[in-house]
Amino acid sequence: MQIFFHIGRFFLLMRTTFRRPEKWKLFFRLMVTEIDKIGVQSVGIVALLSLFMGAVICLQTAAQIESGWIPLYTVGFTVRQTMILEFAPTIIPVIMAGKVGSNIASEIGTMRITEQIDALDIMGVNSAGYLILPKIVAAVIIFPFLIIGSMFLGVTAGAIIGELANVIPLADYEVGIQYDFNTFQVAYALIKTTVFAFIIVSVSAYHGYHTKGGALEVGHSSTQAVVYSIVLIMVTNLLLTQLLLT
Amino acid sequence: MIQVIDVNKTFGEQHVLKDVTATFETGKVNFIIGRSGSGKSVTTKCIVGLLEVGSGQILYDGRDFTSMNNKERKEIRKEIGMLFQGSALFDSMTVEENVGFPLRMFGGMSEEEMQERINFCLKRVQLEGSNKKFPAEISGGMQKRVGIARAIAMNPKYLFCDEPNSGLDPQTAIVIDNLIQEITYEFKMTTVVVSHDMNSVIEVGDNINFVNKGMIWWTGGKDDILHSSNQELNDFVYASDFMKIVRKNLS
Repeated sequence: MQIFFHIGRFFLLMRTTFRRPEKWKLFFRLMVTEIDKIGVQSVGIVALLSLFMGAVICLQTAAQIESGWIPLYTVGFTVRQTMILEFAPTIIPVIMAGKVGSNIASEIGTMRITEQIDALDIMGVNSAGYLILPKIVAAVIIFPFLIIGSMFLGVTAGAIIGELANVIPLADYEVGIQYDFNTFQVAYALIKTTVFAFIIVSVSAYHGYHTKGGALEVGHSSTQAVVYSIVLIMVTNLLLTQLLLT
Repeated sequence: MIQVIDVNKTFGEQHVLKDVTATFETGKVNFIIGRSGSGKSVTTKCIVGLLEVGSGQILYDGRDFTSMNNKERKEIRKEIGMLFQGSALFDSMTVEENVGFPLRMFGGMSEEEMQERINFCLKRVQLEGSNKKFPAEISGGMQKRVGIARAIAMNPKYLFCDEPNSGLDPQTAIVIDNLIQEITYEFKMTTVVVSHDMNSVIEVGDNINFVNKGMIWWTGGKDDILHSSNQELNDFVYASDFMKIVRKNLS
């Protein structure tokens, strides 16, 4: 029954969060700050992971192709499909759940235990809206850009490593990444990413907002935020794939 | 004036507040004192609306806070200032931004007017020149003073102070107590202080409410408290060696 309690409380929090901001100017200022914190400060880790994953997928696929019957461009095709369909839109958000989710939960959780949220409430400020809404909007805006960057870097890294390691000529790789390209798959990836961005921020904020106790509980909320975000990403990934691709 | 009438509050099976009735007068420093776990913080949280009451009424100058919707409560909250036990300053903001926060949200002032008000509040708590510092860069006593400056920024009618002296040395505690008293008299606010510090009570308490076992056990002035015949109150008041000496001298 505990799960229904949490689901109910989550939706009540979201209802409060999505109320009209008290000051639009302040909201936009906070949103820009959050875009920097959530998105811009994650560019490094996203780029690094995407480059290495693209390169590794390329090498691994090339290593599997021993038969002459399978064309070499399959390597480029596989790198593209893996990056667009799964690695960029799903694995990157999972990593972001660890980085951004834990940060949000601990930030809001600390504000809760140090009575900063009570201070906002007493002033008559909608604390949920003030603290959570700019983060959600920022994540929903910036995640698709990160993911597009990740796709591009992964595919590029595959091309570079394929050429450098002499496993696939650039020309074959180019044929592969253009082969049977369906633009809807990019749209599908971006839809997934947007949903995952919402899940990461809202679930993490929920755990932080309802923290009770002290430093130990803030740590616990942070862990819970990451675990539940990842579980929900996985379940939603399955549902969205079934809905959009089959 | 704030009136609390027959307020009850339960947490599950636990009946924390039992028919609490009290009056907090305007222009006076009203104290809620009591042992840890007696229900004084819950009383305060119910008064400011951080907790919903089970039954009873809370009247702000005759306006029934308990029967108000969120929008009406929001208007009342703009008239409330609160100093928290741990100051509850926003870590990511400077002293100036902390004090200016409620003004920015609700003040409807120009930047110049806002800056003027911020400087006035900081001057009132003797913190001129600390505008650009962050809470982590100032002492506990200074943080309390910033908390007071933030609480009075909107020129509130009602001021709540939750354990304003906790974690402060005796000298700084007296400075904070006097500041709360001066502000109360100067701006004619209804001030409610939650404390178990007897020095503060005797120093600045005009109207004292002793909470015990979730009930208002005793009410009176600072002169009455030292001569009360209420056993539970005396056990609380004269718990420390210092107060025992005071009692000896009184008798």
